Parts: sequence; C-alpha cells; structure tokens
Amino acid sequence: MRKVLMGNHAAAVGVKLARTDVVSAYPITPQTQIIEMLNDLGESGQFTGRFIKVESEHSAMAACLGSATVGARSFTATSSQGLAYMHEMLHWVSGARLPIVMVDVNRAMGAPWILWTDQTDSLSQRDTGWMQFYCSSNQEILDSVLMAYRVAEQVLIPAMVVYDGFTLSHTYEPVDVPDQKLVDEFLPKLENAYALRPDTAEAFSALPSPKEYYRLKARLDHDMTRALGVFEEAGKRFEEIFGRRYRLIEPYRCEDADTILVVSGAPASTAQAAVDDLRKQGCRAGLLKMRAFRPFPAEALRDFVRPGTRLAVVDRNYSQGHHGIFCEEIKSALFPLKSRPEVYGFIAGLGGGDITPELLKEIWKEADEGRADASTANWMEDAR
Amino acid sequence: MTIKTSIPESELLSAGHLACQGCGATLAMRYALKGLGKETVLVTPACCWTILAGPAPRLSVGVPLLHCPFATAAATASGLKAGLVAKGDEKTQVVVWAGDGGTFDIGLQALSGAADRNEDILYVCYDNEAYMNTGIQRSGGTPQKAWTMTTQGKGGSERPKKDLDSILEAHHIPYIATVTPGYPEDMVRKFKKARGIKGFRFIRVLSPCPPGWKHDSSDTVDLSKLAVQTGSFALYEIEDGAFRLSMKTPKRKAVGEYLKRQGRFRHLTEKDIVEMQEVVDAAWKRYESRS
Amino acid sequence: MPRLAFDPEKTAPILISGRSMAENKTGIWRSIRPQIDKEKCTHCMVCWKYCPEACVDIASGIPEINMGYCKGCAICADVCPADCVEMVEEVAR
Repeated sequence: MRKVLMGNHAAAVGVKLARTDVVSAYPITPQTQIIEMLNDLGESGQFTGRFIKVESEHSAMAACLGSATVGARSFTATSSQGLAYMHEMLHWVSGARLPIVMVDVNRAMGAPWILWTDQTDSLSQRDTGWMQFYCSSNQEILDSVLMAYRVAEQVLIPAMVVYDGFTLSHTYEPVDVPDQKLVDEFLPKLENAYALRPDTAEAFSALPSPKEYYRLKARLDHDMTRALGVFEEAGKRFEEIFGRRYRLIEPYRCEDADTILVVSGAPASTAQAAVDDLRKQGCRAGLLKMRAFRPFPAEALRDFVRPGTRLAVVDRNYSQGHHGIFCEEIKSALFPLKSRPEVYGFIAGLGGGDITPELLKEIWKEADEGRADASTANWMEDAR
Repeated sequence: MTIKTSIPESELLSAGHLACQGCGATLAMRYALKGLGKETVLVTPACCWTILAGPAPRLSVGVPLLHCPFATAAATASGLKAGLVAKGDEKTQVVVWAGDGGTFDIGLQALSGAADRNEDILYVCYDNEAYMNTGIQRSGGTPQKAWTMTTQGKGGSERPKKDLDSILEAHHIPYIATVTPGYPEDMVRKFKKARGIKGFRFIRVLSPCPPGWKHDSSDTVDLSKLAVQTGSFALYEIEDGAFRLSMKTPKRKAVGEYLKRQGRFRHLTEKDIVEMQEVVDAAWKRYESRS
Repeated sequence: MPRLAFDPEKTAPILISGRSMAENKTGIWRSIRPQIDKEKCTHCMVCWKYCPEACVDIASGIPEINMGYCKGCAICADVCPADCVEMVEEVAR
C-alpha cells in the first residue's frame, strides 16, 4: 500500500511490520516521532510489542540488552547526544552478540547545542561492533529496518539504521508499505539458539580468559565480514519479495564516468540530480551511493573502481585533525590496489547546512579538474 | 535430626565460589535463593558478585544469571522482564542483585526509572557499605566516620550514609524491606513474600564484609546480629506505604558494641561513639513514631 | 606459530557459563580447620545454617563439613551454641 510518510513514521511502520517484541526508548529530537508513533500504534492495538519508557538512552539500550538476551526482537531509536550516552552499551550488546536494531537519526554533536543533521554521531560509534546502514529516502528507511533485522539475526550482530535528521526524518515522501504477510515471509520469527532460558542455570557475559576473549573478538570480526555476503543475499531475497533491490554500494551512471561523487544518506538523492545536470552539460559524472559503513564494503569498492578515475567523497562528518570519515575508510580500502583512483575528500553540510545540487556540482568539478587538495580535507560551503 | 530453623534445606548456592572467607554477601545470596527458589533470573551489575558468580565457563548459583554494565541493572532487568512477558512467560521472577555502589551511586538513575515505572521486578541491594570489589572505596552507602581507602583522614567518612530506603519509598512502590544474614529466617520470609508481590520491590541487605569492615571472618554473623541488636540497622518492611518494624527490640544494646568490633571504626573516640549513638536514637524515634 | 590458530566457525559466538563452580575446590584456601566434637554436638544444625560455603552436609543428621570446600572462616565455631566446633591449625599437605 502506498502512503505518504515522514522518515520517522516510515521507521516506526518498519518496526511494527517486523513484529518487534520490545521497544525501549527515550525522547530526543529529531528521533522522537518514531517512539511517539510506536506508542500510538501500541495504544490503538496495532502494535503489540512491549514498550518501556526508560529514563535515559543508556537505560534504553540496557533494556534492549535484557530483552534481547531472552530472545525477544528488540528495538530502540536515538540521535546525537543520546547515541553518545549509549556508547558503553553499544560495545556491550555487540560483545553479547545480540541482534538488536536501532535507528539513529543523524544529528550533529554538541557543543555548541545543535539540532540539525550530520553523521559524526553515528560514525564516531564505528568501533562498537555494530553494523551501520545509511538511508537516502523514506522508502529505504522502512525497508532498511526489515533488512537490518534479517541480517542482524543471521549473524548475531546488532544493526544501526541511519538517516539524516529533518532532511529525511521530518520530510514526507511516498512510501510503499509492504504487506504484513510478505514481511513475515522475509523476516521469520526470531529463534536465537544462544538466548537465556529461564529453566537453565547458565550465566551470560561472565569473565573469560584473555585467550577466550581474543577468540570471541576474532569470531565477531569473522561474522561481521560474513555479514557483507548476508546483506547481499538479504538484498536479493528482498527484491524477490518486494521488487526493490538494495546493495552494499549502489552506482549511478558510473559506466563511463571520469569522476564519481561518493555520497551517503539523503545527499545521495540530491547527488543523483547533480549528476543528471552534469551529464546534460556533457560531463562524464557518476555517483556511488554508500549504503553500508560497517561492515565496510572494501572488496566491493575495489571491484568497482577503475584506475584513471577520480573519486570525490562527500562527508557530512569529520574526524578532527584528519579527514572526513567515509573518505578515510575509502582511501584505506583502496590502498592495497596497485593502481588506484585519485581520492578527494570534501567536508560539507556539518550541523545541517544544505548540501545543494550546486554545491555537489562544484565539488565534482574541483575533483574532476584536480583543483582540490587530495592530501587533506577540503572544506566546502555553499556560498549563496 | 532437629533443625531449629524454618529455612529450606535445598541449596541454590554452590560451594567452590570465589568469595572471601566469611563473606556476608554469599550468605545473603544463599538465603535469598532459599526464599526465591527456581524460576528466578538474576541480573548482576559490576560488584563482588560479578566475581562470585564465577568466571566463565562456571556458575555458582542454580539459576540463570545475566551480567550487565555497572549503571544498568534496573534497566537491564526491566528489559529482561519485558522480553520474557513478550514471549509468554509471566511467571519467571526477575531479580537484580547489586552492590551498594551499583545501587546508591552509579545505578541510582536506572533504579529510580524502574521504580517509577513500577516494573514487575525485585531489586536487591547487598549493602556492604563501600566499593569492596575495587578495594574498599567510599560509596553513598558508607556510614559516617567509617574508614575506607578514600576516607583515610582522621575522622573517616564525613557525610552520613545516604538514606536510600526513603528515596525508594518516595517512588510509591509496593514493597520495601531490610534484611541481614544474621537473621536467615527473616530473610527467607521476606524474599518469599516479595516474590508473591507484583510491581517494583526493593530489598536492602546489610552485608558484613570482613576485609572491608576489617573484622575477623568468624564475626560476620555476630556483627550482622549486633547491627540489629544495637539498632544501627533496623529490620523493617514498608508495604504500600505502611511501615512495620520486623523485630521488637525493647532494649537496644549500645552502638559501641557493634562499632568496636570493626577495624573501619578503630579510630573513633568515645565522643564519636556518643554522637553515633545519638544518630541511632534519633532514627529509632522516627521508626517508633511510624510503627 | 604467530597466526591465530583456530577456526572462527568452530567457536561459539558467546561463552555461556553452565558448569558448576563446585569444580573449584576452595579447601586449599584454608589455614585453620573446624573440628566438630561429635560427642558434644546437639545436631542443632546452626553450623549448616550459617555456612557461607554451603558446605556442611546434614543429610545424615550429623553435620559433616566438606573439607574440599571449607575455607576456614570459623563462622561455624563462632555460632555453635554447644561450643563443640574447634578451629585447629591446618597441617601441611
């Protein structure tokens, strides 16, 4: 059924369709409408999961730890400071191998106080052992919640569905809301063989030896890498059932492109328009949309790039003193290649500044003409 | 055979655990599990029991146990309960087993949240009155004038012990009780009773700690009893706001008898002891006015 | 052999602790041992009641302390109303 939904409501509908058992959440702008809607759906009987209105984000993830440990499908949502406040718990639940799904609606980090979007909140959780999938439309948001549960439950790693605050969270778009029966076919009931059973005296997360700890982390890394294939398989299955295909990286008009914009999140949709404009002007422009950040699709990237081309990586995030974070990761992934494309990193739209088609076209041109500095981050601003 | 006790014989605490000799927190667990029985899941934040429960792959209790980060016990237990209910299990009892640091201090926010929501869980704080697992640092549960590694000055801990029970009472929860392992029958009775009550229940266990309180390991039971007999620790229940003392102590022993047997109070002067007696007397005026 | 020498596929993703701590014989911690004077013992079982190791066996009606676990805390000697538990120096093993 086609509906016009804001991004946050698309997420909530996804959580309902996933037949989530337990939702535990705390309000924070711009995420709040997700939990408001789930609460409404619960009060009207359309959503039957338990809802715990916790007193903090730290407790939100702690409650998910408890519920997921007994094998209940669990969900929370947050943004920015809330995500940072959860940081300890993010490590814990991935170490405990709990397939929790969380939405992070990107919002820049304070200080100073800031409400609008950038990706530094989610990307600074890079090493917590969570998968991260970035969305560039409201349809992708709904679909990604379902995809995230399927992948998370197969590899027993928690997954974060990430999208831009306000640009997507509060913006209405037409969304195809799938049929519950089809969703049930795509996402079977969670059966976690490692769940705590109340009738069996076993302890979970007790102190191991260093050797055991090391091996558990090696196993987590092994499964995180395995998740790349599981994601692609889930994408194929999703297409069979729903007719929409999702990949780890998604190229657009790249076949003969000399210079390719590399973008994640909502600006990737804007970048399609920018590429179309550039093509009209006779420029050989392409777009690569980054969908997965963890696990990082390094192999897919290496297969995708051709020597002699240029990549213009647009980061709405930064690692102070170094680069945009996607740019860092892409450079690192391409390093093993003998012949590498040139990679330019651009920082744009921090704290919610617009990333317009004009800005993206300018970025493309700076990279295409070799005017940008490949050795450092290029800070870009729409001068208008 | 004449066992002069009403406590059940079956054990859910296994020998071989890693507690110090004479550990009060081990006795507390032993009696708590006698009262609770099976169909119980324990949730344990960082505390001595993180170790006592056993390093992997071993376990020293006969019920499932979930370890969780320090600040999260009440929230983790809320989620665990919700998960069980979502899966159709209404009967399993979810019990937090946390120390005073994880309850009075770092876990207080999550505890307040869970109590405020009236989650259907039992929260147990075994209160050994300092951060014992990290080596005896002051917590909000440390009594005034007590020595700890972070209150080594002449006068010991400057501030009075935080009145946690009153904080819990202000959350309007159905059941609050205090217990101590010197009185196992009282402990077992209260845990059994708590199990039968729906909503958020809180039990605080005064739990002597030989290395932390600096007393002989053989004195654990004596000190637990003396804490009650001197009135330093009152055994009571608060059911739906109704306060009731569990034991009538018409003639309390002098507080000094309790304090003088603990190395953590070794530095106290007679004047200090008189002051501490006054504090206890004042507390008992309040208890008696409520009973 | 500096490489990781195990197959991740064959390692469980989490470590579940289901073996009993009873495998851990704490009796070796002991420096003093309780001796029950069976003549004086009134079988009141108070020693069983207050043992933090839960290692006093009362199945026979007479308390038997399991020396495999007894850490020698001496609570039993302290609480015994018949004063029939004596703590003696542990002999070298």
